[in-house]
Amino acid sequence: MNLLQDIFVVDFSQFLSGPSASLRLADMGAQVVKIEKPGTGDICRQMYVSDVMVEGESTIFHAINRNKQSYVADLKNAGHLEKVKRILAQADVMLHNFRPGVMERLGLDYQTVKEINPSIIYAEISGYGAEGPWKNLPGQDLLLQAVSGLTWLSNDHDENPTPMGVAVVDILTGTHAVQGILSALYRRGITGEGALIQVSMFESILDFQFEVLTCYYNDGNQLPVRSAVNSAHAYIAAPYGIYKTQSGYIALAMSNIVLLGELLQCPPLAAFTDSNDWFSKRDQIKQILADHLATNTAEYWLAILEKADIWCAPVMNYDELMQQEGYRVLNMEITVKTANGITVSTTRCPLRVDGRLLVSDKGAPLLGEHNNMIDRQFGWVNELQK
Amino acid sequence: MQLPLQGLVVLEFSQYLSGPSAGLRLADLGARVIKVERPNGGDAGRKLAIKNLWVDDNSLLFHTINRNKESFTADLKKEEDKAVLRKLIGKADVLIHNFRPGIMEKNGLDYAKVSAINPRIIYAEISGYGKEGPWKSKPGQDLLLQSITGLASTTGNDSNGPVPFGIAIADILCGAQLVQGILGGLIRRQKTGKGALIEISLMESLLDFQFELLTTYYASRQQPRRSNINNGHPLLSAPYGIYATAKGYLALAMMDVHELADALDCAALKQYGKDEAFARRDEIKKIIADHLLQHPAAYWLERLHNKNLWAMEVLDWEAMMNHQAYQCLQMEQQLEVKDKKIITTRCPIRINGKRIYHHKPAPQLGEHNEAIYREFIK
Repeated sequence: MNLLQDIFVVDFSQFLSGPSASLRLADMGAQVVKIEKPGTGDICRQMYVSDVMVEGESTIFHAINRNKQSYVADLKNAGHLEKVKRILAQADVMLHNFRPGVMERLGLDYQTVKEINPSIIYAEISGYGAEGPWKNLPGQDLLLQAVSGLTWLSNDHDENPTPMGVAVVDILTGTHAVQGILSALYRRGITGEGALIQVSMFESILDFQFEVLTCYYNDGNQLPVRSAVNSAHAYIAAPYGIYKTQSGYIALAMSNIVLLGELLQCPPLAAFTDSNDWFSKRDQIKQILADHLATNTAEYWLAILEKADIWCAPVMNYDELMQQEGYRVLNMEITVKTANGITVSTTRCPLRVDGRLLVSDKGAPLLGEHNNMIDRQFGWVNELQK
Repeated sequence: MQLPLQGLVVLEFSQYLSGPSAGLRLADLGARVIKVERPNGGDAGRKLAIKNLWVDDNSLLFHTINRNKESFTADLKKEEDKAVLRKLIGKADVLIHNFRPGIMEKNGLDYAKVSAINPRIIYAEISGYGKEGPWKSKPGQDLLLQSITGLASTTGNDSNGPVPFGIAIADILCGAQLVQGILGGLIRRQKTGKGALIEISLMESLLDFQFELLTTYYASRQQPRRSNINNGHPLLSAPYGIYATAKGYLALAMMDVHELADALDCAALKQYGKDEAFARRDEIKKIIADHLLQHPAAYWLERLHNKNLWAMEVLDWEAMMNHQAYQCLQMEQQLEVKDKKIITTRCPIRINGKRIYHHKPAPQLGEHNEAIYREFIK
């Protein structure tokens, strides 16, 4: 039995934060129905990235929305809204990421939905929460990275503030939404009661920084200083970072500098016997290491370091990664198929349950593909025939 | 407030960050989380400090990750301790560990053995690279996973070398996803009465994290390239990125380049068509970067917001914390450790309109041995 067998999720969300949450619920076995507006649907359907398309459609829409269903409804149309409300009466979970106030105007706010279905788990994702001066601003990933201090943690000291190159805010917020939803479903299994779950991108990206923010709160508010050389973490001592060699790059995690000097035959490192210096003089140490590692190849250095159980790794791009047995053995790549015959290669859910991979070959839905099916599921077709 | 996981007992056989961050979230949501630690030193994270900040015998970092938990010591190599643990396992709902593959088998605490003691248990484990293949015994360390999975090629400019994320993304995301699996297991258990084995690895979490990039790569087999000017995301068109201004920095998200030209009064941008915003993004971004140097960020932001374009000023923590938008979140909470006070962040999830606060600090090593022994073992 799938973990979320028979759980019915109604998802009003668009783009990535909400849809990444419902993707995970679908992976775990829930039935997820996207409620989409007529004509265009989820705006992400039209979001082409990097000039790459899968037969004219956005690659990322397919990645985010595989294994879901689509039901088209105009929430401003009273008849459609009525149908949606009757779907919600049967739902276990509903999810949206509209800006604060939109669901109230549509008449689908928690108070209203709770009257229709008291045991529903109602989850909402906002950019900045429902209060405060930014509540009406768009909750967009890069912008949240910008205002949360996150951009001062990556890249070298002399570089501009540097955003993380994956939509980390959206993805973590979606992950937190799932945690809230599932914990509430668990509670409902005991009490029968529904719940309101709220997460915001702002709170989620602060939580992501919980270790370093706690440091800042308690160290007299000293702002982080990125290393000037091969920076990888503002708060971690040398040699932590990525180094260029004669052939590609290698990563070095925490290690003993003196030992590292011996193994790499880099005599200047022998002087750093006081481990406190590994943080306070990290730029000097890392520069010595960087100059030294540039004199030979990645393979040469890794062979020495791995033998001594030093925490190190080659730095790979996707082309290189795909060649590795360590990648292939994970079976991370799956093929899904849409109703109009398009096949898309994408990644699977990272979880395994009872030793099994969670995979489905269902692709992303066509816009409105499941209207008839859902209507039948809720008995409207029969009603019309009567 | 009645928290959703109230009444559940979680045994955390984990160290450092990935497993303990999962335990922390379960504790925030109401579970009783017991760290099972070796008597000699316990979780190695106790002695791992950043900026040399210590609260007591334990680092501030340890307190940050392990607040609101209990500690029970047991030596997994001693048969008498294992007998005690088997009793504890019999009463637990969830077991989490992040040992390397093979260690729990050696200790006789693998899933087969544990589920024989307690068939209802949700047994959750984190590895670095999965349990098969040539990398299974490699250390599962955050920076190394970022390096191997291609993630370091997403951040910084194309002219930079690989630039890792400055936060332990693999550990934190993997811990968060483990929580999802555990909760899914608990929900199924309510219907079937049976436990579950939930497995995840840092590597699978980081590949999942890059699912948009990887799906695009699988379709094109083209290695994604970072922009050479102010890269914000390898897949996105101009102007996406962070720009220096005459004073401060500005973040520009997705927007139409012509609308941007109007908002900034930058006619040079009008020569580019909509379909060129990706292919010629470096040229376009260079023009924007030069243009924005004329005025401070606040000046530009007003013009951009007047046109409803997606832009924000770049803040550091000091500026952020002075802002009402941060203050109204009430994100901070205080812990008391003996006579010391620590400020840390709270759980980001709100339930029924309420924020979740916990003031209980991290446990001393073995602090709850007696209480747990009395309650569960005797």
